[in-house]
Amino acid sequence: MKIAIASGKGGTGKTTLSTNLASYLAETNKVVLTDLDVEEPNSGLFLKSELIYSEDKYKMIPQWKESDCTLCGICQEACNYHAVIQIMDSIMVFPELCHSCYACSELCPTNALPMIPKKMGELKHYKTEQFHFVEARLSIGEEQAVPLIKQTLKYIDSNYGNDYLKIYDSPPGTSCPVIEATKEADFVILITEPTPFGLNDVILAIETMQELHKDFGIVINRYGIGNNDIVNYCHNNNIPILAKIPNDKEIAILYSKGELLYNSIPAVKAELEKIAQYISALSANYLPTQIPKNN
Amino acid sequence: MKEIVVISGKGGTGKTSITASLAVLGGKEVVVADCDVDAADMHILLQPENLKSEDFYSGELAVLDQNLCTQCGNCFDVCRFDAISVNNGIHQVVDLSCEGCGYCARVCPVDAIKNIPLNVGKWHIANTRFKQPMVHAKLGIGADNSGKLVAHVKNIAKEIADQYNRKYVLVDGSPGVGCPVVSSLSGAHFVILVTEPTVSGLHDLKRVYELVAKFNLRAGCIINKSDLNTSKSKEIMQFFKHKNIIHLADLPYDEAFTHAMTNCKTIVEEDDSAIKTILEQVWERVKTEVRNKN
Repeated sequence: MKIAIASGKGGTGKTTLSTNLASYLAETNKVVLTDLDVEEPNSGLFLKSELIYSEDKYKMIPQWKESDCTLCGICQEACNYHAVIQIMDSIMVFPELCHSCYACSELCPTNALPMIPKKMGELKHYKTEQFHFVEARLSIGEEQAVPLIKQTLKYIDSNYGNDYLKIYDSPPGTSCPVIEATKEADFVILITEPTPFGLNDVILAIETMQELHKDFGIVINRYGIGNNDIVNYCHNNNIPILAKIPNDKEIAILYSKGELLYNSIPAVKAELEKIAQYISALSANYLPTQIPKNN
Repeated sequence: MKEIVVISGKGGTGKTSITASLAVLGGKEVVVADCDVDAADMHILLQPENLKSEDFYSGELAVLDQNLCTQCGNCFDVCRFDAISVNNGIHQVVDLSCEGCGYCARVCPVDAIKNIPLNVGKWHIANTRFKQPMVHAKLGIGADNSGKLVAHVKNIAKEIADQYNRKYVLVDGSPGVGCPVVSSLSGAHFVILVTEPTVSGLHDLKRVYELVAKFNLRAGCIINKSDLNTSKSKEIMQFFKHKNIIHLADLPYDEAFTHAMTNCKTIVEEDDSAIKTILEQVWERVKTEVRNKN
């Protein structure tokens, strides 16, 4: 079963929930946690883990071969992203604009634009005491998160079968990176805080999940601050509230140090248990997920 | 006209609350641009009244006409985005996966595929409740090209500033280090980084600063909730020193921020707030820095 944790607004507790939930569920399940917030991956900061594998990730971009080029202009015309431009008698490629569609390269009559790999980021695979953790990290200056998210999801799919509970820490927002990170998920947990900002952004996230026809539920973080609007909104729209993590300065302090919460704060453990039970009830539909760990 | 951009790397550090506060302090000197088009929140605090709204088109979407399609499969063969699905021999475009490259349309022998311009969101010119011009936008669900919408919002804000002789464009940027942030930063005269003393706050600050450094921009930083973890705050200050980042201010962990936000107000509207004094100093300092640059 695949569970994505997303939020709309940044800083509402995605990474806190992902790391604590993965750790808690790993006590009784086989779990792999993946950090898909490739622009700012943070999950690893909260986990004690050992690196077991890493690889560079590449995207393909065209490279101009001057000797074979007839300056026919087809490449420039074919590129919808203006990533290939003819200036005087040379062809310029702008890698950060390139989407790797291959049109310029394959439509070139003289094969003067072969595709070559360009590093866009790194994938690292770690092992904690209880579960596996994969992180993808976009190189600074690379603008497109989607290709790296795609490759990371492929890595997970080819390394982990259905007997694993797969948890994805997703990027914030509602645009293309979030869609990529959540579109294959069986269930999405949207985490928010009970403030006007939190409500505004979670409604955007809810609309996104409805558009994707996703099954989803809400976790309210820092419960107790702000107002009751998010609770009312969920009740009025029949959206399940899976858990309410209390507002507590102690939680903020533990988080600031990079520590997991549930072993020190019983109220957090109780809320994680509620989420675990909800997932367990759902996963009956996604057998054979709940295979005991030692089998 | 000078452009001041507020970013944070990590979300939820108080970027928007602080930007809106600076906008209030800046009064008639500023044009506000909310470039966090993915999850725009500044309108909640500044309650702009929209004067003009327009759709924003960027990029394209492939549309396949089944009446013309011979199901030859050329489109499927060339698409690198898994955006052509085949069910029982029938080819269809998967809208959410299509990146609008147009390759499929080019190889279709019967012109059954057309590329249509994609509506990716809406942008607005507005008046805030402080009677300042504000440009803001909302990206459509799952839309690509947020970087282009960001650039557009900024350009409109700059035009307004020029036309009405406003000294500053104050930009609320988006989290992360990807295309919308790159668009937010391009052309900036000064960058305000908002961070918090947490492991992730520092980690994300370092990454986003790498980007700021690539653009060769001058930057200052506000540490929000600085007393939450004083040793982490010190570590952040070490980083400033090392990188020549101006330490603009420390703000205490104070739930008054959230209370103000819950009332849809900025913290500088609370009369007896100590944070107000600090932010007034920040705004003066930022103006000095921007003036000194040229």
